[in-house]
Amino acid sequence: MRWLASPRTGGLFALVAVIAALPLALSNNYFYEVAILVGLNAIVCVGLNLLIGYAGQISLGHAGFFGLGAYGSAILSARFGWPPLAALAVATAGVALLAYVIGRPILRLRGHYLAMATLGMGVIVSIVTATEDRWTGGPDGMPVPPLRLPGATLSGEGPWYAVVGFLVVAAVWLSLNLIESPTGRALRALSGSEIAAEVSGIDSARQKVLVFVISAVFASVAGSLTAHYSGFITPSKATFLHSIEFVTMVVFGGMASTYGAVVGAAVLTTLPQLLTVFKDYEMIALGSIMMGTMIFMPKGLVPSIGGLVGAAAAARARKAVR
Amino acid sequence: MSPQLAQYLLSGVTIGAVYALVALGFSIIFNASHVINFAQGEFVMIGGMTTVSLIGSGLPLPLAMIAAVLLAALVGLALEKLAVEPARGAPVATLIIITIGASIFLRGLAGLVWDKKLHTLAPFSGSTPIEIAGAALLPQSLWVLGVTFAIVLALSWFFGRTLLGKAMLATSNQRLAAQLVGINVRRVLLISFGLSAALGAVAGILITPIALTSWDVGIMLGLKGFAAAVLGGLGSGPGAVLGGLALGIAEALSAGYLSSAYKDVIAFVLMLAVLFFMPNGILGRHSAERV
Repeated sequence: MRWLASPRTGGLFALVAVIAALPLALSNNYFYEVAILVGLNAIVCVGLNLLIGYAGQISLGHAGFFGLGAYGSAILSARFGWPPLAALAVATAGVALLAYVIGRPILRLRGHYLAMATLGMGVIVSIVTATEDRWTGGPDGMPVPPLRLPGATLSGEGPWYAVVGFLVVAAVWLSLNLIESPTGRALRALSGSEIAAEVSGIDSARQKVLVFVISAVFASVAGSLTAHYSGFITPSKATFLHSIEFVTMVVFGGMASTYGAVVGAAVLTTLPQLLTVFKDYEMIALGSIMMGTMIFMPKGLVPSIGGLVGAAAAARARKAVR
Repeated sequence: MSPQLAQYLLSGVTIGAVYALVALGFSIIFNASHVINFAQGEFVMIGGMTTVSLIGSGLPLPLAMIAAVLLAALVGLALEKLAVEPARGAPVATLIIITIGASIFLRGLAGLVWDKKLHTLAPFSGSTPIEIAGAALLPQSLWVLGVTFAIVLALSWFFGRTLLGKAMLATSNQRLAAQLVGINVRRVLLISFGLSAALGAVAGILITPIALTSWDVGIMLGLKGFAAAVLGGLGSGPGAVLGGLALGIAEALSAGYLSSAYKDVIAFVLMLAVLFFMPNGILGRHSAERV
């Protein structure tokens, strides 16, 4: 039964079980819609967590990659009539290339300077999407055709849920495997001390750029899918505030915890839906959650609960010995 | 110089002075605490919006302005005491998220307490333009430039001549050493937040008759002030002023000659260029990281 306790097998098994069982509780289309949005955000957060949680590099501009993926798909399929899957592939490749090119100069920076540079990059993307109205429809946004797969068009809440659920599991599986690979160990080493990591022979620039590109690709794919799923895209998806929401999900769920990223996305995507009655208080609530988590629970939700459970188990074990 | 160019330069210097005040606020807090205060823009908003609403309730302009600056300073003190102080020693990412959380909180609160409309103030001394080299200068611009100049002089006196100012400089240089010679480092931190909040509020009041104010004006002004601080060299006082003015002029020129839609992009393109090619900024200290 040991395999059940390991996050790579037991945790993944639990995640699959939750995703498979959830439709029993989703009694109408609206619940499905929220679940799909949770899944799409979770994909972004799992990728962003690799960067922030494991490599220790902050990004305040991931909504930029999300937005580029979304608009890339939208423009290629709506304005040029490309098949959506080809548009998605090209948009993803474009974002990966961009992240690779800007990754090296940006990731040479540390701490505050890195935060500023990623922020600047994100703001530039968001202003461009709001301004180039010939292509993007400007601040009003643009419609996006549905996702046509070979043989069928993806429509309706059920099929979308299945596809997004599958992709969330795939993203988590990829992330867990990456963390346990030599790359993952290198990332954790350079997060602890970059100089120590370099002394022990890790090419830290290469590893940081690699994880930056991976996290940008996750964000871009989720952006493309969100655009196709909602059928409409506006520049608000690429703004600084949206970048902050992604970072908050990662940090709230728990940095350096892949499941934490999923839980963070689930809680912070669902919460505003529950709070729509208090729409005026939404920003106050978001701000309070961000400050409160960082002050009282700096490790985030999942690691904190994990720590409590671990401490309780240890106490029980001590009692049993006596 | 063509009148058109003169006009762009005048409006660039005016808005640049406001960026300089916001950038000075960033630098003061960064020096004292090594925190980048992402809520700096909200102080600008609080300054403008409080003045507007107090004048609306019948207070004369000078009183409303003083009250607005005091309120912003109080909010700054509260921010340090309630949100930054409890997380002392936390990693950079944690502190960044806390101050961003504070800014979203304050913006939400402003939207509730006041409203989500645009507001303006009457110019302090009329709106008859003064002609300089064929370009029109609003009297309000003179107010902006004059007050900014006075504040820069006052700050250089404060940091160069007073005990408290020197204590703040000492803390930014070497915190532990400052503590060892008896400087109350916690008080320095608190004062730096109050001072930079007051600076932000002054900027917000001065610019309102020219550029309007509203509950969400803090995002862009904060980010631009931030870009100005990076441009001049984070943590450098003269750098913040120079960065602010340079940014204002670059923005006005690009709005005039290139594209007004992309004037907001200039700030961030300049910031990225500076970060990539001279990460210490124009006047920043050159530092080597210790292992």
